[in-house]
Amino acid sequence: MVPFLFLPHRLHCICSIIRFRYELRITMIFSLAIYTAPYSSQASHSAYRFALALLENGHSLYRVFFYHDAVHTASSLTTPQQDEINFTHEWQALAKKYGIDLVVCIAAALKRGLINQQESIRYDKTTFNLAEGFQISGLGQLVDAAVVSDRLITFGN
Amino acid sequence: MMNKILSKKLLFISRHAPYGSSLAKDALDAVLAASAYDQQLSLLFMDDGVFQLLKNQYTDQIAQKSFAAILPVLQLYDVNLIYVHRESLEKRQITINELVLDSVQIIDSAAVSSLLAQQDQLLSF
Repeated sequence: MVPFLFLPHRLHCICSIIRFRYELRITMIFSLAIYTAPYSSQASHSAYRFALALLENGHSLYRVFFYHDAVHTASSLTTPQQDEINFTHEWQALAKKYGIDLVVCIAAALKRGLINQQESIRYDKTTFNLAEGFQISGLGQLVDAAVVSDRLITFGN
Repeated sequence: MMNKILSKKLLFISRHAPYGSSLAKDALDAVLAASAYDQQLSLLFMDDGVFQLLKNQYTDQIAQKSFAAILPVLQLYDVNLIYVHRESLEKRQITINELVLDSVQIIDSAAVSSLLAQQDQLLSF
């Protein structure tokens, strides 16, 4: 008789668990701001891992804004050793799979020698090195990411 | 692009000394850029970031612009809510009359935490 008497309570518990699991599925829009150069510090790796985790958990990533030294992440000339992670490729793959905006700050990029074809022509340079999948744009994109997203997470300061 | 309907409370936190790294300047550039987007902006200086506010900064020999010269520009861009963390000033023995901006609000740690709690987004530099 005892297990039978406890049944309503157990049912309630199961319902609560189901409800709790359902609430966990509420998704948020994230954006990331990254300041550190790849390989120089853990922060840029953490940013990538964080992006991966949030996407795998069903959240969406609106934009990744590369500012300060992080602009180097977008260089098509990045050539790490074979046993090291290639952040440029990883971000490209992630952007392609999930449709993420990868934006590099134009002011921070140009003075560090990271340039796209259009700016290369404008400044009379002989080449350009912005990797495919990344865009060069202004700081307004960081502000826009802050406004549009539920959470803006900063990596590397 | 920018969704004009949304207006959020954005707090920029500047925690690095000027010149040694460009983060302090990058923070300022971000604040000035944000001022064009009709958001509710405020700026907080804390930790080594309070060094940016010193009146006497002479940068002739390091090929950089003085923060003492740049910071007053904030008011022209309608960035009027500028906060400075009191304990950060005290720790570095900086007095209020050494600051280049006279319209800043000096707030203690408790006020900083309630300021952070009021925001929609924190942009940390």
